[in-house]
Amino acid sequence: METKNTRPKILVFSTDKISDPGIDQAGLRKIHYSPAVYVISLPCSSGIKPRWILHAFKQGFDGVFIAADGHECSYSPKCPEYTNQIIEESQRLMRENGISPKRIRMAAICSVCAESFANHMANFSKILAELE
Amino acid sequence: MEEKQKKERIGVYICHCGGNISDYVDVSKIKDIVKTEKGVIVSKNVMFACADSNQKEMIRDIQDEKLDGIVVASCSPKLHLHTFRNVAQRAGINQYNYTQVNIREQCSWAHSDTPMEASIKAAGLIRAGINKVVNSEALENIEVSSTRAVVIIGAGISGMRAAIDLAKMGNQVYLIEKKSNLGGHVAKWGELYITQQTGKNIIASLTKEIKKSPNITVFTLANVEKVSGSIGNFIVEVKTGNEILNLKSGAILVTTGFDSYIPKEGEFGYKNYPSVITLPEFRELIENSKETLVYNNHKVNSIAYIYCVGMRQTKGENKYCSRVCCTTAIHNSLLIHEKFKNINTYHLYRDIRTYGKQEILYERSSKNGDIYLKYEEKTPPVVEETNGKLLVKIKDELTKRKDLELETDLVVLVTGMVPRSDSSQISGKLKIPVGNDKFFNEIHPKLRPVETVINGVFIGGSCQGPKNISESVQSSLSAAVKINALTKNPTILLEPIIARINFEACVWCGKCAEVCEYDAIHPLEMRDKVVASVNEAVCKGCGICTPICPIDAIDIAQYSNAEVEGMIDGFMETVVFDNTGGNVSAFETGEGTRMKDMPQIWRRIADSLEIDPKTIPALAKELQLNPELITYHLMTMNKYNIVEADGMDDSDEYYVYKLKNLQHVEN
Repeated sequence: METKNTRPKILVFSTDKISDPGIDQAGLRKIHYSPAVYVISLPCSSGIKPRWILHAFKQGFDGVFIAADGHECSYSPKCPEYTNQIIEESQRLMRENGISPKRIRMAAICSVCAESFANHMANFSKILAELE
Repeated sequence: MEEKQKKERIGVYICHCGGNISDYVDVSKIKDIVKTEKGVIVSKNVMFACADSNQKEMIRDIQDEKLDGIVVASCSPKLHLHTFRNVAQRAGINQYNYTQVNIREQCSWAHSDTPMEASIKAAGLIRAGINKVVNSEALENIEVSSTRAVVIIGAGISGMRAAIDLAKMGNQVYLIEKKSNLGGHVAKWGELYITQQTGKNIIASLTKEIKKSPNITVFTLANVEKVSGSIGNFIVEVKTGNEILNLKSGAILVTTGFDSYIPKEGEFGYKNYPSVITLPEFRELIENSKETLVYNNHKVNSIAYIYCVGMRQTKGENKYCSRVCCTTAIHNSLLIHEKFKNINTYHLYRDIRTYGKQEILYERSSKNGDIYLKYEEKTPPVVEETNGKLLVKIKDELTKRKDLELETDLVVLVTGMVPRSDSSQISGKLKIPVGNDKFFNEIHPKLRPVETVINGVFIGGSCQGPKNISESVQSSLSAAVKINALTKNPTILLEPIIARINFEACVWCGKCAEVCEYDAIHPLEMRDKVVASVNEAVCKGCGICTPICPIDAIDIAQYSNAEVEGMIDGFMETVVFDNTGGNVSAFETGEGTRMKDMPQIWRRIADSLEIDPKTIPALAKELQLNPELITYHLMTMNKYNIVEADGMDDSDEYYVYKLKNLQHVEN
């Protein structure tokens, strides 16, 4: 029996110090979200390369979600601005490759944002399913 | 960035976590799948990966099988990353050729409702981990020399107390104070709550101790002009009078304290009516008054305190609670009753937050006959003056929003702590971040509460946020201990997770340097061209410079393109589970039981309890499982109303459990 997930596959970029502990919290509290969500944790969301995002889509991911630190970022007060620039550049690459720019999203997720993360995943899954 | 040798002999350890993972994820099947992966030499299931016995087994495997990379699939890396890095080191391989895969918090627990899909996800996560290790580099920690000296900026109670301990631990301490005297706010305060000591006495005693210490040098009327260098070797330029001093230090502690909120003109009548004063002004008045309380040439017979002035503003600048003001106001109200007779006091509050032991003060105040009236933020009290008498109007929430008018001689605005007006200058010089509330930000409020993102720069006391004296001293002493742990060694080891430049590709456009918050990137002449160069001791490894580079010539160690894209590839590989045996298949096809959303162990417990109620030891014996594991799951089943306690057993020693609402789960 070969079993595949039929839910939209979402790649999440989280941050080591803030949003990844928030995602851990969701698991700790058994707050369920789609099992087709995969997380890569990085030091800061401003360090995500648009080529990684494009690579994820080319490999078959349906959506990319950036769980950013927002204004809580301990590295730079300009983090939201830089992360926005990364999203804009990624969307440009996505358009060039015929991928809907709606397939990328960002929200600030803090270290206790367990419910918020699960809600974002549910909403984004729904949006992606409708884009199919 | 040098050409990397791919790892070819990898060991993978998949943890049961005593059922926390294996109750939902088919770890046994995944182990078999992983074993067939290219480059995987060892693939094992372990009951507890973090157990000493397993660590020893991993070391044996690494040495016997000549493994060059390790993957541990277990809990969050926040818990055991360093445990397994140490295992790798002890076994003789590089600690950065190890990857932790989180299949508990981000898989088995998060997807306990869909165990089959949790298993598929876990397999993808582990494959991603293997790809990361395959592409991982052997990295060496960065070693920098350290000076056994500490600069403390701010000689309030936090800075003074930390200075004394750091000096006792053998550090040379430079205590920098902007004003002419030591002690900050506390030096002006009279009796303090809980201990009944006065602020003045505490500061006098700390000053005496500092003067005695040969290791502490105090600079008053001094300003920090510039900070250069990095952890272990900071140079702090201090201006005192006309003199400029360059102080060399291994670490810096910032204890610059707070400012008191000053109400705007007209805020609750402040500055419009002379008998409206702030809490700090009121403290000074009590301190300077004897026998009778007189303000503005009038004897004070009644006082109205208005709480949360300038704080907890839904639409204003200061959204936070200042923590200390409720207790301070109530404590001063108690002092008033002790020192002066027949003064009526009214407390107009939003919520009383005399947390912890301070609640005793609130109780005493209530017993003293102080009157508490509650207002809502949207209907704040109004202060007016009629015929030379102050009138405070309030809509009291405790009496069904009744409109009350209080005639009073004095209105005390209970103001809290705000960030110092010059805090942006300090944060700019030290490059430490400030939060939305404009107080200095720590790395993590719970796990690393006194460290900043700048290695070697620590924060203590109320420059970090409102704190009372005890909390301020606790944080500055905690920082002192962290600092001493750094400075006591002649060298400091730093994680090598920093930016690296591909010198072949780099043509120095300077964009990376422009976005670096830490001034870690500079041009460097190399052979016939100019390239970017990273100061290893200063770089924080945030990666902000990496997507900026137009030719992709920078990456962060451990986050190279090969590592990140390899992980993405690992997530996407198809996972195949066959239906011959194995927990996942049996679980998914569990026809007739209708319990597919329950972990296997729950089904076994439920099956057993369906026959007759049992105690935990009896269940453990029957199912041949650890009683602690049974306890854990039984408690969870109890939480979900699947089982319930049914009295004690015959020996009156253990609870007997029975099934309660299996139907609830089946539906």
